[in-house]
Amino acid sequence: MANLRELSNAACIVGADESDELGTLPHKSQLTLHVEAVTNAVRDAGLKVSDVDGIFTAGQHSPATIGEALGVTPRYLDGTTVGGCSFIIMVGHAVAALHHGLCDVAVISHGESGRSQVGVSPRRDTAIPGQYEAPFGFGPAPTMFGLITTRHMHRYGTTLEQWAQVAVSTRKWAALNPKALRRDPLTVQDVLKARPVVWPFTVLNICLVTDAGGAVVLTRADRAKDCAKKPVYVRGMGEGTEHVSLTQMKDLTFSEATRISGEKAFRMAGVGPGDFQHIMLYDAFTSGPPIMLESLGVAKRGEGVHCFEEGRSTPGGSLPINTNGGGLSYTHTGMYGIFPLIEATRQLRGECGPRQVPNLRTSLVNGMGGMLSAAGTVVLSNER
Amino acid sequence: MEIDRPLPNPMTPEAKPFWDGLREQKLMLPKCNACGHVFWYPRVACPKCHAREVGWVQSRGRGTLHSFEVGYQAFNKAFKVPAPYVLALIELAEGPRMLSNLINVEADPARLRCDMPVEVVFQKLTDEVTLPLFQPAGR
Repeated sequence: MANLRELSNAACIVGADESDELGTLPHKSQLTLHVEAVTNAVRDAGLKVSDVDGIFTAGQHSPATIGEALGVTPRYLDGTTVGGCSFIIMVGHAVAALHHGLCDVAVISHGESGRSQVGVSPRRDTAIPGQYEAPFGFGPAPTMFGLITTRHMHRYGTTLEQWAQVAVSTRKWAALNPKALRRDPLTVQDVLKARPVVWPFTVLNICLVTDAGGAVVLTRADRAKDCAKKPVYVRGMGEGTEHVSLTQMKDLTFSEATRISGEKAFRMAGVGPGDFQHIMLYDAFTSGPPIMLESLGVAKRGEGVHCFEEGRSTPGGSLPINTNGGGLSYTHTGMYGIFPLIEATRQLRGECGPRQVPNLRTSLVNGMGGMLSAAGTVVLSNER
Repeated sequence: MEIDRPLPNPMTPEAKPFWDGLREQKLMLPKCNACGHVFWYPRVACPKCHAREVGWVQSRGRGTLHSFEVGYQAFNKAFKVPAPYVLALIELAEGPRMLSNLINVEADPARLRCDMPVEVVFQKLTDEVTLPLFQPAGR
């Protein structure tokens, strides 16, 4: 078996950017959001679109569609679609492809008209949700993730006030990010008294629904030196999946997929779960990040919320989390996973102005697909 | 009576004994004839031992409320059950978990608790479709 350590630091993120705008964009199609993001990220890298020969994308558009829209003919394609973490998983796929010479410049692209639904195909029921979920009123993600959340509260005594602290912490970061959609101050009481959607969630426990694109560009470490910005090394990567339907999840309070992806990434990078100064997590719901911290081993089981209620996750805290303002306050298109990668890259380059985490060396990016069903983890660093 | 829920769509061939059983007020579960594993949802190979010898067993229709939510709005236009209503993950005594609703109970989170005992109630929607819903046990 190949030594995964040889892939550690083999490739770098050299470009990262969003689409021209984020938010409610009825004047832009989903495909336009992709093209904007890719052209912006490639420019950020100091490369040309014609340099791109590996295309990685998840969602409704295939990598062939993105190649065609860009006017390039890639020699490597990846369309792994396992939920919002797909883009994080693709960092690992891109590193492997670059290392083995299957492509030289890899682009991971995301575009989603999640709010305005411009140029989007209607969602089709499939055999499992249409047959065993929809008749009972289950549907969008809040009707599923609430079950995970309720069971965690039952098992560990976690409270609604504690989940609300995650939204409050994340909003503090959003206030420092001019690209964030919601920047007004937020209190625990605001979260608790917001419109109830599906208990245990009020609307402020649930992420935004926006239109946006995002892309990152990777190349081999030897070539990264010639790019425009300081390279961000991919030190470790891991992916995993446990279930899709929540009826198949062994322990609702713990994500096996997250654990598996994290352990692989940490081993490859030669780090432990306590070695990070900055963490980006997939916050579709307030209860997500605490459960992810527990599943990654960063926090003990049942104690993930402590990081938020004690303020360690907030600006000036010892373990900054979701410094872009997260899916809860910055942007969330539906498949959010590209955005934590963009933020970690900017943080490791030192580009984040008032929200910059000082003296940052190593960043952890972890995301889920579906209901903690699949997961991707990458360890990023600004030094080899 | 007006149908107040989305009908299951599609109803797949491997699930036919499940839907057929419900019409006779029986909750049928797939069971592996090789290793004895009772599982949900219907598949043609056992998800535990991977044998292709899947049969069916009738559930006793008892279990626990493994987790729940209270819906304050409908999340699908065809779902017309008045809010608030209880979205439930049921753990059957035979082992598997399935999604359903808890009915004949006040849809108030303060009145519900994980692991409370529940029992099946059959709700006929059409001549073809009967759904397994659940209520607190011993009502």
